[in-house]
Amino acid sequence: MIVLASLTILLPFLAAFAGFLLGPKLSEALRAGGATPAGPEPPEDPRAVVFEKVPGGGPRTGERVWRRAAVVAERTPLRNGPALAACLPMAAATVLAAIVAFTVWRSPGERAGTLTLVGTGSVPIRIGLQVDGLAAVVALMVCCVALAVQVYSVAYMAKDPRYSSYAAFISLFTAAMLLVVYAGDLLLLYVGWEVMGVCSYFLIGHHWENRENSRAAVKAFLVTRLGDVGFLFGIFLLGIGAGSFRISDVLQRVPQMPDTTVTVAALLLLAGVAGKSAQFPLHTWLPDAMAGPTPISALIHAATMVAAGIYVVARLYGVFLTGSAALTVLGVLAVISMVGSALAALAQDDIKRVLAYSTISQLAVMAAGLAVGAKSAAIFHLLTHGAFKALLFLAAGSVIMVAGSNLLRHYGGLRRAMPLTFLSMTVGLAALVGIPPVSGWFSKDSIIEAAQHAALDGHRAPEAPAATLSRAHLPDLSAHMPVSGTPHRDLVARSLAESPGPLWPGVPGWTAWLIYLGLLVTVALTAAYAARLWLMTFFGETRGEFEPREAPKIMAWTVAALAVPSAILGFFGLGAEELRPHLGSALLALLLAALGAGGAFLLWNRDPAADPAGRLGPLRPVFANAFHVDTLYDAVVVRPVLALARLVVRADDRGIDAAVLGTGRAARRLGGLLRLPQNGNPQTYLTGVLAGVVVIAAVVVISL
Amino acid sequence: MTGPEVVFTLLGVVAVGSGIMVVTTRQLVHAALWLVVSFGALAGGYLVLTAEFVAWVQVLIYVGAVVVLLLFGIMLTRAPIGESEDLDSGNRWVALGVALATAGVLVTVLVMGFRDAYTPLKGDQGAAEGLGASIFRTWVLPFEVLSVLLLAALVGAIVLSRSDIGPQDPASGNGKGNR
Amino acid sequence: MHLAYPAVVSALLFSIGVYGVLARRNAILVLMSVELMLNAVNLNLVAFDVHWRDRLHGGQVLTLFTIVIAAAEVGLGLAIVLLVYRNRRMIDVDRLRTLAEDGTNGNAAGERPDADARHGAEVSSS
Repeated sequence: MIVLASLTILLPFLAAFAGFLLGPKLSEALRAGGATPAGPEPPEDPRAVVFEKVPGGGPRTGERVWRRAAVVAERTPLRNGPALAACLPMAAATVLAAIVAFTVWRSPGERAGTLTLVGTGSVPIRIGLQVDGLAAVVALMVCCVALAVQVYSVAYMAKDPRYSSYAAFISLFTAAMLLVVYAGDLLLLYVGWEVMGVCSYFLIGHHWENRENSRAAVKAFLVTRLGDVGFLFGIFLLGIGAGSFRISDVLQRVPQMPDTTVTVAALLLLAGVAGKSAQFPLHTWLPDAMAGPTPISALIHAATMVAAGIYVVARLYGVFLTGSAALTVLGVLAVISMVGSALAALAQDDIKRVLAYSTISQLAVMAAGLAVGAKSAAIFHLLTHGAFKALLFLAAGSVIMVAGSNLLRHYGGLRRAMPLTFLSMTVGLAALVGIPPVSGWFSKDSIIEAAQHAALDGHRAPEAPAATLSRAHLPDLSAHMPVSGTPHRDLVARSLAESPGPLWPGVPGWTAWLIYLGLLVTVALTAAYAARLWLMTFFGETRGEFEPREAPKIMAWTVAALAVPSAILGFFGLGAEELRPHLGSALLALLLAALGAGGAFLLWNRDPAADPAGRLGPLRPVFANAFHVDTLYDAVVVRPVLALARLVVRADDRGIDAAVLGTGRAARRLGGLLRLPQNGNPQTYLTGVLAGVVVIAAVVVISL
Repeated sequence: MTGPEVVFTLLGVVAVGSGIMVVTTRQLVHAALWLVVSFGALAGGYLVLTAEFVAWVQVLIYVGAVVVLLLFGIMLTRAPIGESEDLDSGNRWVALGVALATAGVLVTVLVMGFRDAYTPLKGDQGAAEGLGASIFRTWVLPFEVLSVLLLAALVGAIVLSRSDIGPQDPASGNGKGNR
Repeated sequence: MHLAYPAVVSALLFSIGVYGVLARRNAILVLMSVELMLNAVNLNLVAFDVHWRDRLHGGQVLTLFTIVIAAAEVGLGLAIVLLVYRNRRMIDVDRLRTLAEDGTNGNAAGERPDADARHGAEVSSS
């Protein structure tokens, strides 16, 4: 099992290296090996490959040139070395992940294995993997989405000169995410976490020729880095407190650790989670990350980067459960993120940015689920969101490539020309909004249900009634214990060890209410912006100047394939008690969604050519700029830091550098003084020698 | 103070005085001539010390050969015959200090060490007969080695002074050849 | 005779030679000073030979050897001086500064054109 899991990680990793090292060569070899080329390579117009402002992050070569290349790429899959090196191992990894998931499903339980133990002198580092239900399912989702993205990229990036390294980075990205998912050790998890950060940097800045793109990449890297520092220290705190970095050990020993330690560790971890999962206040990198190619956005948003944050919270849930402070912070941040970014999504003109803000919002929904103790529901939503967000981004990529623009106002009336994309995207948007019976409805509804429960019933764990061991009940229980004087902590530890079910300390009532209301508002807003996106893209008249037709087959069918899990994934949740939809909350959510979507439709219906967001009036620029958070950061953080940096540079120039140079100059001058006697005149040399001899002789004589 | 001591003191004063003239005179040729005087006075000193053979060799080789050689050198380097102002380098005063210090140390040491040493002078110590016997009996090997050394010096001098062999261009005598 | 007389004379002669070697510019004068030093040594050798009444005449024999070596040394030294003169048109010891590092004050003084001109003028005038 562990071997299979490690193979799953290693395959994309090796694929990445193969892609880096011999991608293009492989392609040449394959082309030379083929007896007859399938057709003459379309003559390349050198002027066509011009890197201007790139819509959708693809090299803008003109729709025709790109389509021809894409068709060639999909017709000759066996001659595309980098694509083969990327897709085949990914497919194998997907199969392996499926086997792992199936085995775990058949016989649930946690399996852990240690590959090697690295002694560090104090706390050893265990290079080990850990497979349980959570890891297996998430890994399967990651593999599926990554495979879809890889296959889609074959056509999407057909004209890209650096496709080889691009595909290799996707493989590396996936391998890193799988490492995070399967890791059994906190430090190993951190390794994957950091590799993802680097990969995101490279991929977002794939078209670094454009200064804006490389800036976006740097921003993503730095902002997530900010969170990662906290994350690393949180790991240290946990590992040292528990005396081991193994996740299961850490979770087992959390109850014995002091409350403050755990709370601080949880808050530090939250910083990393907020950075990676793009939660307020570290969310600003995500919309800018849209500078990368669209499949990368799909990968980052659906499968890897942002999912990692939520996944880690679920993985280390025990740490967060111990104190309500961390959960409260998580909940409040989630509410701010989800409502704020949903409002921002309402006013975006760029289709990718709409989806980006939608991702922030949906991740916040998951975080809210975690905050109210609905771990399973949150993970369920993570899975469904992975499916439908990947679908939405890939479909958006098709639309962008066909239309040659990122902007919603250039689209319109695409439903006839792109039926497959239209249908797929409809499914995806329905899942996003939460329309029954598509997957998103089930997952979102279970989160809302949990939040409602928390808000109405207070301190009761909605998922595990058997383990309702909130703090309030502890004294009663300890009173029943035969051994008097048993510290409560031991009790908690034992109950945790016996039943791994969550011990939910509960968030304060106001937080639960806030989360609940935030979720409901978000549902309405989500419906509104999804409807706006849907209507503006596929209905009305075509507003841009392009020839609407269906995307290349390989892209369209990949998108369509993703529509299947987006549609039906929800039914898998019916097996679990806590994931089943509940009538009350479901109706309420549906009503709100209908309200939002209906509002958007009414606004749009008045003038199908205009943007419904125009009705927002003076609020629109505020929403479009995401409440000017970027401007705020620029003024509060970026500029002072730059000023400080300039100050440091000046101090370095005038102080340290001058001192160093001065030292050098002083040494030279001193050397010049010493050099004066060395003038090349042998007479002075001889004078020195003889004077020395005389002095020595005189000293000897005198001392005699 | 005995008679030989008086004579030796006079000869010593002449030798030292003419030596000072050698290193201070402003005329090159005069320096060579003062050198002759100094060497001659020294030869007289050898005679007083009963080293007759050494004294004659001194006169023959130093006064006869070496000084002539030096005069040839002066001639071949086209040194100015009259007075020249710049025969002393800027190092003069330092050199004077070092020389005085040397003299001080040496004289002090010698006087301290041999204040009471007295040598009765007898006539047979420096005779040519005894010296010759000693050279060709006891010191014959160094003597032969010395002859080889002389030969080597001879060859070396020839090689150095001939301008038509070696890497140097015979036509170039303008100060750039050996750089 | 007291040994102090020849010893002091030789010490003074040696010091004069030291002064000459260190203070004179002309290479031939430097050679002369070296001869003075050698003679001082010779005087010492003879005096001590007489003083100790050496039966093997070591001091006087060594004096003879030194005289021979001095003759050879003068021959070689003059040959070198002539070679230098042929290359540089001058034999001033303190201007032969090729030992100095490049770029310092020493090297430039080695070939002052005005010095050559002056030498030539003096030769022709005399």
